[in-house]
Amino acid sequence: MWVALMSELGFARYGAQGGDIGARVSALTAYEDPAHCIGAQINMPNSPVPAGHPEEDWSGEERAIIARMREWQSKEAAYQWIQGTRPQTLSYGLTDSPAGLAAWIVEKWRSWSDCDGDIERRFTKDEILSNISIYWFTRTMNSATRYYYERRQHDRANALPAPLETPAGFSVFPKEIFGPPRQWVEAEYNVQQWSVHDRGGHFAAMEEPELLVGDIREFFRPLR
Amino acid sequence: MPEPFKIDVADTEIRDLKRRLAQTRWPSEVTDSGWQYGSNLAYMQELCEYWRTGYDWRVQETYLNRIPQFVTQVSADGVEDYTVHYVHQEGVGPDPLPLVFTHGWPGTFYEVVKILGPLTDPASHGGDPADAFTVVAPSIPGYGFSQIPTSGGFGQKRTARLWNALMAQLGYEQYGAQGGDWGAIVTAQVAYQDPDHCIGAQINMPIGRPPEDKPQEEWTDQEREVAAKMAHWQAQETGYQAIQGTKPQTLAYGLTDSPAGLAAWITEKWRSWSDCDGDIEKRFTKDEILTNISIYWFGQTINSSTRYYYEMRQNQAENFLPGRLETPTGFSIFPKEIITAPRSWCEPGYNITQWSEHDKGGHFAALEEPDLLVQDIRDFFRPLR
Repeated sequence: MWVALMSELGFARYGAQGGDIGARVSALTAYEDPAHCIGAQINMPNSPVPAGHPEEDWSGEERAIIARMREWQSKEAAYQWIQGTRPQTLSYGLTDSPAGLAAWIVEKWRSWSDCDGDIERRFTKDEILSNISIYWFTRTMNSATRYYYERRQHDRANALPAPLETPAGFSVFPKEIFGPPRQWVEAEYNVQQWSVHDRGGHFAAMEEPELLVGDIREFFRPLR
Repeated sequence: MPEPFKIDVADTEIRDLKRRLAQTRWPSEVTDSGWQYGSNLAYMQELCEYWRTGYDWRVQETYLNRIPQFVTQVSADGVEDYTVHYVHQEGVGPDPLPLVFTHGWPGTFYEVVKILGPLTDPASHGGDPADAFTVVAPSIPGYGFSQIPTSGGFGQKRTARLWNALMAQLGYEQYGAQGGDWGAIVTAQVAYQDPDHCIGAQINMPIGRPPEDKPQEEWTDQEREVAAKMAHWQAQETGYQAIQGTKPQTLAYGLTDSPAGLAAWITEKWRSWSDCDGDIEKRFTKDEILTNISIYWFGQTINSSTRYYYEMRQNQAENFLPGRLETPTGFSIFPKEIITAPRSWCEPGYNITQWSEHDKGGHFAALEEPDLLVQDIRDFFRPLR
């Protein structure tokens, strides 16, 4: 759809950028439209273990990363499970109760951002609530969570269908929830940028806009 | 000291519920999706409209208050000190056996209502008065009208210790225990923790694991089938366990603030876990469904009830049995139960003296097939009296 949108807007060449679901959408946009999409800049690298790289061969760093990911999965990923199996059941409380919706979203803006447990170190109440209000007024929490169902039920693999040839750039933020080793990402992407930062989390565009903008400019400059 | 208890929800609460129902903001749904993504929109609207207009809580409350209920302070192990709400109905017979019945989630003490009469007064229900029980059906703290734990760590073992203490407080030297869902886990713990007094555990949900010492190549076809079924169930149906086991508080706001939210969360399970072929009203009336939900609503217990999953997840070592239960244990096996385990998987953990398989009924056995369950309970305890 993004491919069609950019075409409808008359853009013969364009770039794609995103984090979270946007990371995967950006990668797939580049994958689906190599004739027009010149690059994908991603602030949440999330690649699986490459094929043909069994656990016996993992380095200490790889093991530590996987251990952290498994711990995160077991403690923090239940929202994916319920959203991925019974989003409709969840939706009644989140559509009918503003407090219910706010709690569901605020928990993530706090735990996924680089805020040391104090959400207002990163976001103002107005910022938090404007985002929540968009969900509230449009009643889109149900459809938003259904996205997880569609992925879980129909499209489980995190990997691209095949390695992406189009140039890809990665911004790596320390408090991002995923942090695969570069070599795993290189197994499926043509990595032209790997920009590691010392501050910022999952919501990079809001948390560290200058750092991210810097990365986006640098990545696309040679591709223009 | 036990004091008589009557449920008495304030008029303002009932009016508030109806007001919220009238103002429900409904989600959309995928067209013609049935129950695929979760609780069906049309059914939830129908149920909630009935809750708002046709359902009469006062009638249900009056009916429930005809069942003798009490509250008492119970202390266990010098740690717990809770006000426990419980049903307490004396048996009618020459020697009624005390029986502690534990409900599950998303149920309440309400799950006892159909078996209460036949268990306590068999003669009036076509049975033998020698099979009479005195039934104690408590609400787990955090459910029903028992005190809500405000500190963490209150799990299934601590519930069982409270039940041991409750039965002692009531003066029962010998007693039996029965339950399904969480009630099954608690029942096993009740027996395990109090072998001098608890003479038997009757459970309507199998509890077993695949054999650790038997490689998968040697599994029987039945074992493979069960494992596949459980893997599928785990992947598709246990999202609620994951979220309740990790972030129950995040979940609590929508379910406490929105009656439709609460109703959807609970109704999905009463439909998918019962033997109803996808049509919940084949098994339960709207009044039954809503009375159970109303107990959660008026007691504001959905949060504490889901926290019970968090406590199990955080402390499995404490809340699962530490060793084999040697006390005689009976299992009632219903075809649409959500957990499946062949007898061979349950034998290592339990001294099984009854394995009663049925051809109808599901997870909520006491409500769905009360006659079958009552028969199993009578048969199981008869030789132990």
